[in-house]
Amino acid sequence: MRRAVAAVVRKDLRVELRTGEAVPAMLLFSVSTFVLFHFALDRASVEGELAAGVLWMTLLFAAVLGMSRLFVAEREQGGFDGFLLAPVDRTSLFVAKAAVLFSFLVAVELAAVPAFSILLLGPSPWPVAPELVLVLLLADLGIAVVGTLVGALGIQTRARELIVPILALPLMIPLTIAAARATSPLFLEAGAEALAGRWLLVLGLYDLVFGLVAFAVFDFLLEE
Amino acid sequence: MATEPAAVLRDVSRAYGERVALVGVSLTLPRGATLAVFGANGAGKTTLLRILATLLRPHAGSAVVLGRTLPREGWAVRGRVGFLGHEPLLYRDLSARENLRFHARLHGVATARIGELLDAVGMARRADEPVRALSRGMAQRVAICRAVLHEPELLLLDEPLANLDPGAASAVAPLIGRASGATRVLISHDVEQGLAEADLVLGLRAGRPELVAPAGEVARDDLRGLYA
Repeated sequence: MRRAVAAVVRKDLRVELRTGEAVPAMLLFSVSTFVLFHFALDRASVEGELAAGVLWMTLLFAAVLGMSRLFVAEREQGGFDGFLLAPVDRTSLFVAKAAVLFSFLVAVELAAVPAFSILLLGPSPWPVAPELVLVLLLADLGIAVVGTLVGALGIQTRARELIVPILALPLMIPLTIAAARATSPLFLEAGAEALAGRWLLVLGLYDLVFGLVAFAVFDFLLEE
Repeated sequence: MATEPAAVLRDVSRAYGERVALVGVSLTLPRGATLAVFGANGAGKTTLLRILATLLRPHAGSAVVLGRTLPREGWAVRGRVGFLGHEPLLYRDLSARENLRFHARLHGVATARIGELLDAVGMARRADEPVRALSRGMAQRVAICRAVLHEPELLLLDEPLANLDPGAASAVAPLIGRASGATRVLISHDVEQGLAEADLVLGLRAGRPELVAPAGEVARDDLRGLYA
């Protein structure tokens, strides 16, 4: 499985570096949304729950853009057939695509979170950077797992631009709640509070449950 | 066992929703032989090829390919079949060499073979250009490299010489022709050329087998009649 996962990840990252179809769009969307929030809220800065909400809603919608693009080359350029003809475990395509989406999200956040702190966030995020990174990584894992599953489902339909957000956003409600609740104490003007362990646990459980579900059903999504 | 047939089909049928694409196809294809499949557009040729490639499940009947029953043992057939369909199955933003390297990794093939194949089909000079910059004929040559990269036992070829000039057709002949030594299923609209390559002929009309016979016993007019 490792060989197939590495091959697909390498191929997808190479294509993304060459075409820039996903990450630049996700990043541009994120920054534009922060600017819109800046004016729509009519506030110089946000903090606490509001800041966490703005950050996570923006990142989730940006992630949906990446999910919609994840399997486009496989569908339009015969990648599915090429993969299915190879003597490899089909689940390795799921693992590879989830890893690719995860790396896209990390790449976007490396620029989007600093942009958020400059454009909107009141308190500096740097003192709580390790805790914030932990929440981001746990949430990214869940988004990547669900996004890969939904992206594979959506690509089988003619209306993938509609199907992907319609399926992904409700599925990510628990993740959004947990990520926002875990993040909001880190963004308090009065000084960051300790990270709430239970919300990290919820994020971890979400990742685990959807990871297992995706592992169980992904094969069937590749059936004709 | 190497002496068992490469493919044994018994009453294989397949539908897409309400539309029946293939009905009751039965044949035995010996190892090393070439089956030529003829039929007008929509006759079910590509469906048959995709079933043999494990890309489609038969809805009825039984299909045993390379000694394995499909779809149950499809995992054991993948990697032993080379598939060349209408689409080249190449990523347009990657170069020919990168595409082949990707498939070589999936199939666990040494990358040294990539250079040999690109040389063989006359694509070494253009191998580092993105596939989107190649002509259809050049992309077809790269697709042929992809299909034979892992030295498959069974080659499934859907009009393999489409878009190829005579020079390119000669260049790919050792890879996908009789000289390759592989068992072949060849879809062709060129009756003369298809018959010249074939040991066994299957004629399809509207998904139904109208003709299954050794190539030497088939009248050309019967085959041309399939396109009427």
